[in-house]
Amino acid sequence: VSAAPSAFSDEKGGSASEPEYGHDPASGGIFSSDYKRHDDLKEMLDSNKDSLKLEAMKRIVADPNQLIRASALRVLSSIRVTIIVPIMMLAIKEAASDMSPYVRKTAAHAIPKLHSLDPEQKDQLIEVIEKLLADKTTLVAGSVVMAFEEVCPDRIDLIHKNYRKLCNLLIDVEEWGQVVIINMLTRYARTQFLNPNINESLLEENSEKAFYASDDEEEEDKKAEPATLAKRKPYVMDPDHRLLLRNTKPLLQSRNAAVVMAVAQLYFHLAPKAEVGIIAKALVRLMRSHSEVQYVVLQNVATMSIKRRGMFEPYLKSFYIRSTDPTQIKVLKLEVLTNLANETNISTILREFQTYIKSMDKDFVAASIQAIGRCATNIGEVRDTCLNGLVQLLSNRDELVVAESVVVIKKLLQMQPEQHSDIIKHMAKLIDNIQVPMARASILWLIGEYCEHVPKIAPDVLRKMAKSFTNEEDIVKLQIINLAAKLYLTNSKQSKLLTQYVLNLAKYDQNYDIRDRARFIRQLIVPTDKSGALSKYAKKLFLALKPAPVLESPFKDRDHFQLGSLSHLLNAKAAGYQELPNWPESAPDPSVRNVEIPDWSKCSSRKDRKEKKVEKPFYSDSEGESGPTESADSESDSGSGSASASGSDESGSGSESEESGEETESDEEEEDEEEEKKKRKKLDKTKAKKQCIINFDQFDMNKITSVFSQTLAPSGSIKMYELLHRIKGEGLAVEYCFSRQPFSPEPNMVAVQIQFTNNTNSETKNLHIEDPRLQSGMRIREFAEIDVLAAGESVTVVMGIDFCDSTQAANFQLCTHTRKFFVSIQPPVGELMTPAFLTENDFKKEQGKLMGMNEILEKLTLGEKCVNEHVIVERVTATANLSRVPCGSDKECRFAGKTVSSGCLVLVTVTTKEGGGAQLTVNCEKMLIGTMLVKDILQALSQ
Amino acid sequence: MLAAAKMIHSLFLVNASGDIFLEKHWKSVVSRSVCDYFFEALERATEPENVPPVIPTPHHFLINVLRHRIYFVAVIQSEVPPLFVIEFLHRVVDTFQDYFGVCSEAAIKDNVVVVYELLEEMLDNGFPLATESNILKELIKPPTILRTVVNTITGSTNVGEQLPTGQLSVVPWRRTGVKYTNNEAYFDVVEEIDAIIDKSGSTITAEIQGVIDACVKLTGMPDLTLSFMNPRLLDDVSFHPCVRFKRWEAERILSFIPPDGNFRLLSYHVSSQNLVAIPVYVKHNISFREGSSQGRFELTLGPKQTMGKAVESVLVSSQLPRGVLNANLSPSQGTYTFDPVTKLLSWDVGKINPQKLPSLKGSVSLQTGASKPDENPTINIQFKIQQLAISGLKVNRLDMYGEKYKPFKGIKYMTKAGKFQVRT
Repeated sequence: VSAAPSAFSDEKGGSASEPEYGHDPASGGIFSSDYKRHDDLKEMLDSNKDSLKLEAMKRIVADPNQLIRASALRVLSSIRVTIIVPIMMLAIKEAASDMSPYVRKTAAHAIPKLHSLDPEQKDQLIEVIEKLLADKTTLVAGSVVMAFEEVCPDRIDLIHKNYRKLCNLLIDVEEWGQVVIINMLTRYARTQFLNPNINESLLEENSEKAFYASDDEEEEDKKAEPATLAKRKPYVMDPDHRLLLRNTKPLLQSRNAAVVMAVAQLYFHLAPKAEVGIIAKALVRLMRSHSEVQYVVLQNVATMSIKRRGMFEPYLKSFYIRSTDPTQIKVLKLEVLTNLANETNISTILREFQTYIKSMDKDFVAASIQAIGRCATNIGEVRDTCLNGLVQLLSNRDELVVAESVVVIKKLLQMQPEQHSDIIKHMAKLIDNIQVPMARASILWLIGEYCEHVPKIAPDVLRKMAKSFTNEEDIVKLQIINLAAKLYLTNSKQSKLLTQYVLNLAKYDQNYDIRDRARFIRQLIVPTDKSGALSKYAKKLFLALKPAPVLESPFKDRDHFQLGSLSHLLNAKAAGYQELPNWPESAPDPSVRNVEIPDWSKCSSRKDRKEKKVEKPFYSDSEGESGPTESADSESDSGSGSASASGSDESGSGSESEESGEETESDEEEEDEEEEKKKRKKLDKTKAKKQCIINFDQFDMNKITSVFSQTLAPSGSIKMYELLHRIKGEGLAVEYCFSRQPFSPEPNMVAVQIQFTNNTNSETKNLHIEDPRLQSGMRIREFAEIDVLAAGESVTVVMGIDFCDSTQAANFQLCTHTRKFFVSIQPPVGELMTPAFLTENDFKKEQGKLMGMNEILEKLTLGEKCVNEHVIVERVTATANLSRVPCGSDKECRFAGKTVSSGCLVLVTVTTKEGGGAQLTVNCEKMLIGTMLVKDILQALSQ
Repeated sequence: MLAAAKMIHSLFLVNASGDIFLEKHWKSVVSRSVCDYFFEALERATEPENVPPVIPTPHHFLINVLRHRIYFVAVIQSEVPPLFVIEFLHRVVDTFQDYFGVCSEAAIKDNVVVVYELLEEMLDNGFPLATESNILKELIKPPTILRTVVNTITGSTNVGEQLPTGQLSVVPWRRTGVKYTNNEAYFDVVEEIDAIIDKSGSTITAEIQGVIDACVKLTGMPDLTLSFMNPRLLDDVSFHPCVRFKRWEAERILSFIPPDGNFRLLSYHVSSQNLVAIPVYVKHNISFREGSSQGRFELTLGPKQTMGKAVESVLVSSQLPRGVLNANLSPSQGTYTFDPVTKLLSWDVGKINPQKLPSLKGSVSLQTGASKPDENPTINIQFKIQQLAISGLKVNRLDMYGEKYKPFKGIKYMTKAGKFQVRT
């Protein structure tokens, strides 16, 4: 009983035994603030009678004002006394069914507090979490997921039913909640979906291996290879997986760096390789932020740039170092630059590194020298250039610079010593001047190791070293012994006495490591009758060929930690870190995420309902009640997840406005979109009617690939063209289509998706492109070679072609391990463009600029089926990759795009007239494109 | 007991001389001694900004940010995204700045009660609760002289008498019932050029980063749309949460219900494919001779690609090599200072007159006997150009819906140097 009074004063301060609590005058700030206005309550609370106090608390929990209820719960849950646990539990349960979302949010916040106070309550709390997870308001979502993460992060089963809702609410959740939800969903997705890069992972590893190959990794691959091969089949992304990627993408535009990072790590861990690139721009943007943000972002970029170098290559210059950057930022940028170095950009990078070496910041100079060393080991072509540059640094005035260069040169020389005996000689001369122990040790090691290349100098160096032995640092002493031993073995005539002298000195050294080493070496190299069999092999032992060191990034393989996490940053597992699970071998049942439709429509009805039942906890009882009328009017929405999602967003926020009486913010723009969607949906209606359950599977994958294409892509599926017929290809059938996705590695290329199907009974190997014959200016970016395509399997790859805005065919040879086939891809003119987003005004303005020769007018009679605007839109967008431009008149449809290669605007206007007549206008600077486009659209519309 | 996972456990504020002058604990008290690890890191760091932002200690993790010469050190017990904490700490600083005008040790000590009230509201059990300035201002009134006096006499606090509604409204960033007699909306388009110019004057890298800062004082619930003449210039954007993303994606129009008062509407990056105009050039001749204790130093600035606008508030600074003892220079205009301790040379040029280019000439003396410095100093330049957005971005129009009155609208453009460096 006596515990409680102190509890109130201690609510934020923890146990009374901690005296420093007094530093915190505002603890209980909320307490004093909100109860000032309720003096009677405050008195009751301040009184010393326990029962009275609890009575007061109970009253507060039932206060008519939601803010008072919320604050009361906040205070109650901050009391850290076990006696209060049952009451707290009761209050949380009560609040979790409160009609005010703000109070429910507070309930979610209280859960971890109670859990840490009494972990025994876990099961009951999980029930509350389960209930709150079903909540549909954005206000609650972030807080309850936070509670979930702290109390029961392993209960992934609780997420299934709420997964789609969380994805759809995400954009409207407050920013801190977004971070928590995205991180949780990343883990969830890793347990529920298949690896989207499963077919590419092999290729990717092989191609990236050139850089940071290590032996054990290769071994792992070998083991993994047969397993993956056996399983390989065409990968189809789960629509829920796509939903997550699509709904998180806009958040890359958040002003909150933590949100951007959360999305970036989600894409890195979950997205198909071709799509990961979009995060680079946002991450580079964060580098403009505070230096602490830069520091964390660069750490993550460093890890990412090892796995996905191409992603950051276009932003190489953003990582250039300024003299005003703090050293820790400089070093990280250097790391990224080194990771990004390849054959094509190395000369630019080395030129940049040269200016860094002149910096006044010596730690940074040392790091730059190491970076040069790494570039030199990784890129063979520049090894000699780097080596020469480093040798020049040996005459630098700064000793640290020289020392660092020596260490790096030593590593480089180990790769090809025979060509560089002059450098070794040069280094031998340096030993007189250089004092940095590590550098001296490195030089001695080099001379010893390659004493055969410098037979005259080596004994002399040993002589000098023997003189100065007693004054050297320990690492240098060890290397002197080492050098002596090696010389004794190769040139005992000149160095026998010197070696014995050195070994005698070492015998009486203060450091036992050195004494030990001397004893060991003496036994090994100086044959006595006592020495064992080993001394016969002394030469082999000392002068064995040593493998060259691999200079690798400290960020290699850090991505086994979830990016953006504290553990990743520290490269050590922090308490409470949740491992990122490996992708499952086969996908768990996706139907667990299906939700009954009434659940979705219930939101919209809540507004009407709340007026009638205000006091009742409406979550629990409204669950089963949704009337048939409500679901009827939401029927048309139910076809697509995205449409119902935005529907629930709006109504969700509407329901939060109970007290303030605000109307839902009127989003005209969304209405437009909504209409579009509805129209599209009519086509799917037949399908939608069949099922009462939202099933994303019914949607063509291509339609939901991105937020934009969703409204733009024609509802008909994308047309496939044949590249190689099954018979001609001797069982190998190849089809291609224009996926209309931006080709991320090169934005001015057209993405061509190619599907290989192996209809033979045996494996086809080494599928790749050879000998492209292209018109001048055209370029082609081949897909990575497909190692093996098992019998009966098919695989899809994407390649990019820059058609130079012409319909000239791209000819090339498709090669397998046995055969070569001549094939060609000729694009329809409509595929040479990408959608452009213009407003009506912009459209008119641009159209005004493209008059005269650039405008083509054509009259036409609309085909029988072109009855309404919708069909026209569909036909035009099917013919050409254009986007719809908003337009005031219903007689006109406007479309805009720009050519992929040169970015020229393409504007299309279709004006309908009474009686099936219409006029088509195309404005484009490239007249040839315009003419061809007119022809194609005319054909499409008059069918 | 479980390792109670909460995001931010405690916060310590450390001043430039390494004293903890404020601490706040959201749950149990963590002893001040945890900061010893921070002080160790501080000692190891050569420069104040080289303290690692994340420092592991045996039982905790310290995440710190440095702003206004104050370290904000958060104590974390378990896994949490570091950026989450860093971003939050910066938000705390922004809030202090918003409330007290400046975020200095003195200002924090003067307003210690408000500071604690704010921290209490911003985090609940270590998880961010109310970080939106509009909501906070309803909960806790910013101090004014009058209110401070009244509070001292009556013993009341700054805690609002009204219950806040912001958190519950559909537009959480805007409070309801805003009233102004003069309705006005001002937008500042500010662009910064980040550039590295090499020795010969050619551009190594140049980018334009811009922001649109708004000061909106409008009655009621106005719904604004802002459109650009050339929205496609904007390559990468990030928005205040009030901006409707879908509308931007579809039409490239900014549509939003603004927060009340000052806020950053948009930050953007201008696509690096466009050539960036470099408004100033520097002619330099800095040389040290072997064996001589004198070095030559000559700088001339001139305008270049300024679209006919004047380049103002030019400030040149440069970190000279350690071997430099003193500088004996004469500027053709403005004043220069050289700090022999930090070796920082700064020259306040003022406005560049294209007819008479500003120059700074003279000699620098080197330590006798010291060898010639390996490196030449980098020159950092700051400048401003009024009424110009160097990217060419232009606001087309600003419209208001949802309210009847006619607001006063204003748009201002400015170009500044961001991180603008010339290598010599």
